[in-house]
Amino acid sequence: MKIGVVVSAGPYTHESSDTAYNFVKAAIAAGHEVPRVFFYHDGVNVGTRLSVPPQDDRNIQVNWSALAKEHGTDLVICIAAAQRRGLLDENEAQRQGKDADNIAEGFRISGLGQLIEMGIQTDRLVTFGE
Amino acid sequence: MSETVKKFFYVNRKAPYGTIFAQEALEVVLIGAAFDQDVSLGFLDDGVYQLVKGQDTKDLGVKNFSPTFRALGDYDVTKLFVEKESLDERGLSADDLDEIMYEDEDDDWAEKPSIRIVSRAEMADIMADQDVVLSF
Repeated sequence: MKIGVVVSAGPYTHESSDTAYNFVKAAIAAGHEVPRVFFYHDGVNVGTRLSVPPQDDRNIQVNWSALAKEHGTDLVICIAAAQRRGLLDENEAQRQGKDADNIAEGFRISGLGQLIEMGIQTDRLVTFGE
Repeated sequence: MSETVKKFFYVNRKAPYGTIFAQEALEVVLIGAAFDQDVSLGFLDDGVYQLVKGQDTKDLGVKNFSPTFRALGDYDVTKLFVEKESLDERGLSADDLDEIMYEDEDDDWAEKPSIRIVSRAEMADIMADQDVVLSF
């Protein structure tokens, strides 16, 4: 089965980002396809490479980046939600005249159309929210 | 953009202000409208407050996005289901809601109301009939 995943809760504050990550790993292990994960609302905050959680805790961003690298999962961060919350890729940083970008490896910034497209192209859409 | 037409249902459960969910839900609806899907919106729990008329956010210092609902008809988003029990529980009635109209192209562009008040049981049936449910 093709499964699309939406993560709409912020990392660490809510367990959703961890649960979504565990779900995607389990789904792929069970033979399902997860072509894309779409991050929305505070869910986008997991895509910054500048987060530094304590060393004895899990690093949610690193987990997601590793998953994308291993399975080619498309990790999409909503641009409108990201801009409000201070997540920029190199292009956007330049376009907005900002002095830094912070998108982690394996993530990319794109529009809400990617969420709708995922809904159309997958058999199931699973949301991990608050 | 795609030949597949699916039934998309946007569930609005939160008050318009206080959290960003209502506003960012509306952003998805507007973008999604470009994909020519079969779109409906559901308003339940505190989500019914999103459609209350006469919203004034000046003292809150946040953007009043409620006029956008009246523009949804231009995007072919014409099915706004509002749960009656949620209105009742909050002392609201249909008269408290904004007038949101659309022009029906299959009926000589007659103006028709987009808001339809449905019971909790009907809302459950509508939800069960959808392909993609996005909850906010």
